[in-house]
Amino acid sequence: MVATNDTPRPANTVQLLTADGRFQPSDPAGEYLPYLERLGEEDYRTFYRDMVRVRAVDNEGANLQRQGQLGLWVPSRGQEGAQVGSARAAKPQDNLFPSYREHVVGMIRGIDPVGIMGLLRGTTHGGWDPTDPAIQGFHLYTLVIGSHTLHATGYAMGVKLDGKVGTGDPDVDEAVIAYFGDGATSQGDVSEAFVFAASYQTPQVFFLQNNHWAISVPVKTQSRTPLYLRSSGFGIPGVQLDGNDVLAAYAVTAKHLDDARNGEGPSMIEALTYRMGAHTSSDDPTKYRTDDEVAYWAERDPILRFRAFLENQGVGQAFFDTAEEEAADLAADVRRRTLALEVPPIESMFDNVYSEPHPVMDEQRRWLQEYEASFGGDA
Amino acid sequence: MSDLRGETGYVEAELVEDETPDGDSAVHDEPFDDTQAIDVVEIVESEPGSLVLEEHVAEQEWTREFVVEDETVPEQAAAIDTESEVGEPQESRAAEAETPAEPTGPRIQSMPMVKALNAGLRRALAADPKVLLMGEDIGPLGGVFRVTEGLQAEFGAKRVLDTPLAEAGIIGSAIGLAMRGYRPVVEIQFNGFVFPGFDQITTQLAKLTNRHSGAVSMPVVIRIPHGGHIGAVEHHQEAPEAYFAHTAGLRIVAPSTPNDAYWMIQEAIASDDPVIFFEPMSRYWPKGDVDTEENPVPLHASRVVRTGTDATIVAWAGMVPVALRAAEVAAEEGRSLEVVDLRSLAPIDYAPVLQSVQKTGRLIVAQEAPGTVSVASEVAAVVAEKAFYSLESPVLRVAGFDTPFPPAKLEGVYLPDADRILEAVDRALAY
Repeated sequence: MVATNDTPRPANTVQLLTADGRFQPSDPAGEYLPYLERLGEEDYRTFYRDMVRVRAVDNEGANLQRQGQLGLWVPSRGQEGAQVGSARAAKPQDNLFPSYREHVVGMIRGIDPVGIMGLLRGTTHGGWDPTDPAIQGFHLYTLVIGSHTLHATGYAMGVKLDGKVGTGDPDVDEAVIAYFGDGATSQGDVSEAFVFAASYQTPQVFFLQNNHWAISVPVKTQSRTPLYLRSSGFGIPGVQLDGNDVLAAYAVTAKHLDDARNGEGPSMIEALTYRMGAHTSSDDPTKYRTDDEVAYWAERDPILRFRAFLENQGVGQAFFDTAEEEAADLAADVRRRTLALEVPPIESMFDNVYSEPHPVMDEQRRWLQEYEASFGGDA
Repeated sequence: MSDLRGETGYVEAELVEDETPDGDSAVHDEPFDDTQAIDVVEIVESEPGSLVLEEHVAEQEWTREFVVEDETVPEQAAAIDTESEVGEPQESRAAEAETPAEPTGPRIQSMPMVKALNAGLRRALAADPKVLLMGEDIGPLGGVFRVTEGLQAEFGAKRVLDTPLAEAGIIGSAIGLAMRGYRPVVEIQFNGFVFPGFDQITTQLAKLTNRHSGAVSMPVVIRIPHGGHIGAVEHHQEAPEAYFAHTAGLRIVAPSTPNDAYWMIQEAIASDDPVIFFEPMSRYWPKGDVDTEENPVPLHASRVVRTGTDATIVAWAGMVPVALRAAEVAAEEGRSLEVVDLRSLAPIDYAPVLQSVQKTGRLIVAQEAPGTVSVASEVAAVVAEKAFYSLESPVLRVAGFDTPFPPAKLEGVYLPDADRILEAVDRALAY
């Protein structure tokens, strides 16, 4: 394996499960162990089902793209542990601001994965309504790297202004998660988000998935020091965890979200993980990384690891078979409904550009209607 | 201070350090102390063509006949009750403030635009507890132009936020606050300093309502000091409206009088769409009458501010008094110029412009910004399309040159003055 300065090292990394699925907490994991007591056996099974479900959707997305049904697919394979653990740690009243690879985070919060397909098929710029109570505060994807970390920070400022921090009522206090990646840490907006979060002591967790590659550029080009140290200079404590360990991701995020809701301010989590697939379907990772590196991370796959843990716990084959079947059914359903996504009405271009009436939109909509009608259609 | 910041000694220490005079923020510091500001007023007032304040005010009175029915700003009685739950205002210095918290004084009051904006912001803060002010140095200092003077003392540091020195951070966090249901009013310290936040404005703020299919509105106002005539250093005198006018999703307005400033800032805050609010710095200090009861015209209305028959001058912001001065001079020479104050640059209310051109047959568009791919270009194109048979001459643009804004000693050459407008009038009338 290529030795990098941020290869998971239990000596300074929170890890609960070894790569072969044994429960063996690393030294820094001690303070997070109490948070595992919130989990029962059914939660474990849910975590596993979450990961298997999104991997099936992921495979289907890649297939749909290859078949010309999507313009682009953004795979999340390999990052399911970091995403499921952190998302399951959030409470219903929390708000989560994703980048664009957090498919399972959205699914856990209640979005229909067909919304993601619509975004990548070209039928919408959104795909879901974050204000819908059924979505549980999962905000829209932001394609410009790092821009949304400021939106998350402003939102968290609003949570604090609303007095929904540190009341002691676990159903009232709220927190915000900003998901971002190793490439995003170089963006000025992310540094400014750290500045504002620290200055206003927002109830916020910055959740960094270090998947080691920003398209073709290795994390070393972004930072010569481990990224979990990045935020401390801003006054925001950071912690590093093994992102392919869903239990570590859960426990650490649960604690930091609790701290945020209790009024202890922002923190940053660096989840060390790996993007097993390409950046997007347009990418060719064989041009910039080695088979050895990919093989190293394949052995640390979050789903295989957690399955080994569950098997050690006595979970039987029937559960895994059922989970696979359910995931396959979901993927088939997503595929069927993706193919049924219709081209939006052409006049919808002019809708919602503004919230209030706008004469230019009215004029151009009217012109397009007349133009289309001039061809003898029924517009 | 009972603000959002943490109570840790570390943060406090950093804040104190920020206030040292040798800090990196020197370039963001105000260019003038109070004495200099007074000098600037005098310079502006003594410059031919820059100021015809009394005539202009008189024109305002005259144009009342153009008043259009408009929704009135809500009364504040209800808002007073909500104040206590928003956060305890610090020891109130309201009594010291020169402008009234609500329009209880005389209906017509004479004040400079900075005070009119202050009064309008105060009324908006009092009317809606979700209204927040954010920006650099807007708290105890009251902003480098004192537009927010006294407002933090009156409404508290949870309503008037001194932010870290980062424009993308200010606008990006304002977006998040708007998602949470707040109505942030952002102050950009100088026009040339908006560009670190330009990406958040054009790529995020302007597009978020559309991206959300209308489920989320973005009621964010971005106040930007606009234009030249004040003798300041680089990046402080630009007229960047064209960059924003090219972006769908933004509304852009620019008042030219204290009365318009008072009303338009309140209407911009009440709008559910993002509004870029340009404040002409050359108009900050001259006084004008403010009618605190009657809103003259809607936010996006353009308005004839002087009637005439020979040619039409369209202008906005700091160019309006220049155009009016040109009309004065022309009148002495027997030429009758009509002047339209555009007021709104996106969308543009073309009806008064087209009506005027149909009457005069000639149009000159005057602006401080460079002419290439500008708002003046757009006005010229639209008028050519919609009033072609009324035109007796080509539409002419009188604009800043396509150079960087020059050093201050050359700004009088760079910025169009009354003579440059009259030169264009001569050319138009020669057809």
